[in-house]
Order: sequence, then structure tokens, then C-alpha cells
Amino acid sequence: MKTFRIGGVHPEGNKLSAARPITIAPLPQVAVFPLGQHIGAPAKPIVNKGDKVIVGQMIAEAGGFVSAPIHSSVSGTVLKIDTIVDASGYAKPAIYIQVEDDVWDESIDRSADLVKIEDRPELTDKEIVAKIQNAGIVGMGGACFPTHVKLSPPPGSKIEWVIINAVECEPYLTADHRLMLEHADEILVGVALLMKAVGVHKGYIAIEGNKPDAIDLMTEKAQAYPDIEIVPLKIKYPQGGEKQLIDAVVGRQVPAPPALPANVGAIIQNVGTAFAVYQAVMKNKPLFERVVTVTGKSLAQPSNFMVRMGTPMQQLIDLCGGLPEDTGKVVGGGPMMGKALINTDVPICKGSSGVLVMNDKEARRGQAGPCIRCGKCVTVCPMGLEPYLLANGTVNEMWDLLEANQITSCIECGSCQFTCPSHRPLLDFVRIGKSTVTGIIKSRVQSK
Amino acid sequence: MDTILQAVGVLGIAGMVLASVLYLVLRKFAVKEDPRLAKVNAVLPGANCGGCGFPGCDAMASECVKAADKGSLEGLLCPVGGKAVMDKIADALGMESVGGDAVRMAVMRCDGSCTNRPQLREYDGAQSCRVAHITSMGETACAYGCLGYGDCVAKCEFGALSIDPEKGVLIDPDRCVACGACVKACPRGLIEIRVVTPDKTGMVVKCRNKDKGVAAKNACAVSCIGCRLCEKKCESGAITVEDNLAYIDAAKCTLCGKCETVCPRNTIHKIGEWETPAEQPVKEEIKNEEQ
Repeated sequence: MKTFRIGGVHPEGNKLSAARPITIAPLPQVAVFPLGQHIGAPAKPIVNKGDKVIVGQMIAEAGGFVSAPIHSSVSGTVLKIDTIVDASGYAKPAIYIQVEDDVWDESIDRSADLVKIEDRPELTDKEIVAKIQNAGIVGMGGACFPTHVKLSPPPGSKIEWVIINAVECEPYLTADHRLMLEHADEILVGVALLMKAVGVHKGYIAIEGNKPDAIDLMTEKAQAYPDIEIVPLKIKYPQGGEKQLIDAVVGRQVPAPPALPANVGAIIQNVGTAFAVYQAVMKNKPLFERVVTVTGKSLAQPSNFMVRMGTPMQQLIDLCGGLPEDTGKVVGGGPMMGKALINTDVPICKGSSGVLVMNDKEARRGQAGPCIRCGKCVTVCPMGLEPYLLANGTVNEMWDLLEANQITSCIECGSCQFTCPSHRPLLDFVRIGKSTVTGIIKSRVQSK
Repeated sequence: MDTILQAVGVLGIAGMVLASVLYLVLRKFAVKEDPRLAKVNAVLPGANCGGCGFPGCDAMASECVKAADKGSLEGLLCPVGGKAVMDKIADALGMESVGGDAVRMAVMRCDGSCTNRPQLREYDGAQSCRVAHITSMGETACAYGCLGYGDCVAKCEFGALSIDPEKGVLIDPDRCVACGACVKACPRGLIEIRVVTPDKTGMVVKCRNKDKGVAAKNACAVSCIGCRLCEKKCESGAITVEDNLAYIDAAKCTLCGKCETVCPRNTIHKIGEWETPAEQPVKEEIKNEEQ
């Protein structure tokens, strides 16, 4: 099996909820929709206090090209447009909707019938992209980059492949795994639609070797699609990173920023995104629900849920048996790249792939010691950087040194910090350095 | 004997030839430095703190000389030396002295000590304010207040800052030279360089919480809730309330202290005199009188 060339770590898989089918989570009492759920300009609300909304109705329009609209996942009355404390504790604007009943927009096809790509031959590439844009679809792996932007590559770049990221390299998370087992046909149609949207004739679905059932099922179903190939990959974190995935699947390496995957001819989409694309294009269903893994070692019942956006995470934790006594941290996302939550009333957004309840022992970071110059962080860095140097350079504010050492290439995967025997907070500092250097480069470009 | 004379002669001639080469090279490649630079440099304090906005005293000196060529020293100020040093620089350059007479000082605008703002959760990431700020709102209920990891203290070249576990960040008026390094270090913009009186005092709102009244009140025992009592009470129009937060304009403030007595949250204080307990019964009385 293939994998990416340099670096990488092997955290314990802990896929506790892999055998648990996706169940539909009950509706919340009040659904909350933060306006900035994606990368780019925040959405602009188009409803007012007291308005009646139905499921699938657009409640906020895109704030620019790199932005995405937000649709209501519930039907009821708009309570208020106010702020909500986000996962990190800062107040962000959001729309609150009081849930009353469950009335869906009539244009949404709620039947389970599979609509194949041959059934809709009249669909053009532009129509597909427009539908994706109007459905508010963003990258569902967690980065939340608006999908229609990715599907409109910069002029001059020749796209050769669509690569579907189904590796789910984050420990604990099983949302993509279950989605493949339960909605394989829909995903394949979604992939075919994505390929049609950018006009390519080769698609890959990359799955890590810890999901043999998904590899078998997808390989069997994909026989009907000669253009789509299933690629099993060796287990290694961070294989789900765009650049690592391109390297693993087609063996090309993306140059340093500002180069994009499109510059080497590849477009990467998450498997969850492919499913959402199928629903948006074939079933006319905007993105308002997603699969979320709620898991943790001391949680009574780790599970996978189909959740309407805006549902508070606390409600999902309650469905799994409530917060255990020994909870140390609740993390939004996976253990490697997720963020610890300030409170559990944070709503599920487009990018919420999981809720991880860590016990006290797991959650605690080791006491940071001095660097012992072992070089482990350099060995595991999948981008070939020197994390110890970047972290120290940030502490000492040596921005020129950081720029010369490619800090902007860091993908913030956290492998360095994970592997450091001295428990040094490397990524914490590298992040600061990266954002500072990015800002310096930006202002330099602007002043020219 | 001959050998010794030969050696002395050869070495003497070689020495003279080489010395003249060195002399010629020195003359040919001499770096011409403006003599005024040395004069200005001698006057500057040599702290290289960067408070003037230029990288070190050398750079400041060359900026002064450049400005002198243009005809005015306006806009240049060595915050460490203040007016005295600027006068000397002006003297050395044969210019008229401008500005620099206002006394400035760094002022901490958060009183969120552990007693005023109890710890709600634990942060075990890197012990740095910058990291803690981008990671989360912090360990307390206030998303605007001091994080307490001391980035500002570490950046102060003059030892003017310290962290007191009870009172938070303290700034020593005698040591602070208003270089502004702490202002840049604080990710939450809590420290401000303010114009103060010659004995380094002034009125300051010790809060940056922009939340609405109730949220701000719940966040901290001494938060500004934007009630506007101080704005109404102020006779010189120095206080403005914007984003639920009061601000005192040092230029207009007469230091009458009425705002301090009227503030129901005990948020406004005179610099250097704010180590008072959070609850003061006398203020409750005034508050009742107002109502």
C-alpha cells in the first residue's frame, strides 16, 4: 500500500464507534447558526427576528465569492440575531431559530431513491458548480473551504484528477467510515459529479488500510464506474492533509505556498463533501445536516449521528450517556487537530466532524521540559520543516529566519508536538509565527 | 652586525611601504560620517529600546539628522529621555526644540485579578499570552481581560513591569519610560501609552470589556458595564462611552476624581492609587444617592 514520503506519526487509532451505524439525532429546541462557519467572508443574514423559516430555506447569503450561504436545518421562528460564544470562548454573530415543527422545503427530494449521473445527462459543469455554491457546501473535513471556489481553479492550471479524501487519519473519528459503508452509491455519484464539474476523467478515492470493510465495499461498487479508482493507503497521520494525499496517491509534490493543489493538477475533496454534493445536485438538498462522531474512552456509548446543523454538542453527548465524571476536556474534531471547547453548548457547524470527550488523564499535557536536540520533530514533520527552529524563532521574533525556513508551509498537523519527548508546545508557537509571517508577506505584497 | 642592520633596514623599508599603502587605502575608502551623528548619539540614552519607533538609538540619531536637514524635528521623540534629551539633540543640531514636553507612561487597563475574576477552567498550553489568546478566551469568564502569562513583563527592558498574584500587572511609574514594548507584546491591547501629569498620575478606566452590561457584569467584579454614570458626571467632557466601555481622554481630564466616586463598579481609578479593595461601602451610598 502507498503512503506519503516524508514524516508522519502513528497515533493509536481508537476507532471506538466504527461498528455503530449512523442514527438520526433528534431535533434541538433552539438551533443556532454562526455566520462564520467557513473560511472567507462571513455570511450575511437575510431573515429578521420573528420570521418563519422552513427546513432548507436560506437564512444567510454568501458574503463574497470566497464564502458560502447558510440554510436553516429546522423549521420554526427566528428568535434573534445575536452573538454566540464559539468553541474558543469569543462571541461571534449567529442566528437563533426556535424549532417548532419539521416542515421541509417542497423542492427537496426526500426519497431514498438513487439518482445516477446517467439519469441527468443534461447537467452541465457550470450548473453543477452553481448548485454546489447555492447549497452552501464547504469542505467537510474540518477546514470548511467553500467547495465551489476549489472547483473554479485559477486560469492556466490544468486539472487532471479529483482525489477524494476518505482516509480519516484522525484517531477516534468514524464519521467518514460509516458514511462510506452506508451511502457508498451516493458517494460514487457525488464523485462523478465533482469530476464532471471540473471536466476530468480520473477520480481516486483514498481510504486508509484500517477500514478494510469500506475498501472492499467501495471497490465493489466502483466497478460500475471505470473512471473511479479506490486507493487503499498505509495508515499514517496526517495522510488527510491535501499535500500528503496528493503525494500518496499520485506521487506529485505541491510546491511551497502560494502554490495550490490545483497547480499540480489535483483537486481534493472530502468524502463527506462528495455526499453533500450528491444531495445538493441530485436531491436539491442544501447542506444542513452532517454525520458527527461522538466518542471518547469513558463515554458510555460512542456513536455516529446524522445531525442537523445548529444542534448543541451537549445534546449529542447526552444521547451517548452524558458527560462522564472524569471528563478532562471536550474537543471539537479529532484529538490531533481538534480544539478544546470552552463550553458544550457550541452548535454543530458545517465543519464539525466529531465531538471527543477526553478523560482527565488523556487530556492533561505533559510538563514542558527543555529541548534535548533529539530531532524527532524534524523526522516526523510531513512538510520537511524544522519545528524546533520555527518554535524558537517565534519566541525570539526572528521573522526573517522563519520566512527563510518556510514556516508558511506548515499544515499545523501537530505531529511535532505529538512526538516531542520533552512535551514542548511546538505547534502553539509555530502557529503564531506562521500567522505573523503570513501577515508580513501579505503587507509586503500589498505595498508593492 | 651586518645581518642585524640588514634586517632592520629591510623591515624598516617594508614597514614604511606597507604603512603608506595602508594610509592611502584608509584615505581612499574612508567612510564619511556626519559629525552630527556622533553628537546626537552621545546625547541619546543608549537603551536601544525601540520606543522611538526606530531600531535602536543609532537609527534614531540618523533620523534626527535627516529631520534636521529637512528643517524640523517635529514628530521625533525619545520616550526614555523625554524633553531633556530632545532639547539636547536640538541643541546639538542647532535646531529649535519641539514637543516632547508631555510626560507619558504605560498604563494597564485591566484589574482582573484572581479575586475579581475567579478561575473557571484550566489552560495547560504554552505559557504565553499570545498563544493563550488565539487558543481560547482564557481561564476566566472575560474574553477581553489580562491572561496573566507575562508577555509584557518579559518584553520590558527597564524592569518596570511585574505581576502581582493579587493585583495583576503592576507598572512602576519611576521605571517606565513609555517605550511601548509592552503595548506591542499584549495580544489583547490592554496596555496603553498615556499622557500623564508630571508626577505621573491620571485617571484611567481599568477595563477593556466590550460586552453588554449583564455579560460584562457576570464576567468580572470590577468590569465597566457602560452605564454612562461617569460620562454624565464628568464636567470637562473627557469621558466617552463607546462599545459599552468608558474611555477617559487624558488631554481633557482635570483629575477631579468625580468619575471615580460615581462608578458603581469600582472600575475608574487614579494611576498608582488603585490597590483599593473591590467593595467600597462609600460608593454604594453615592450610587443610591444618584438613583
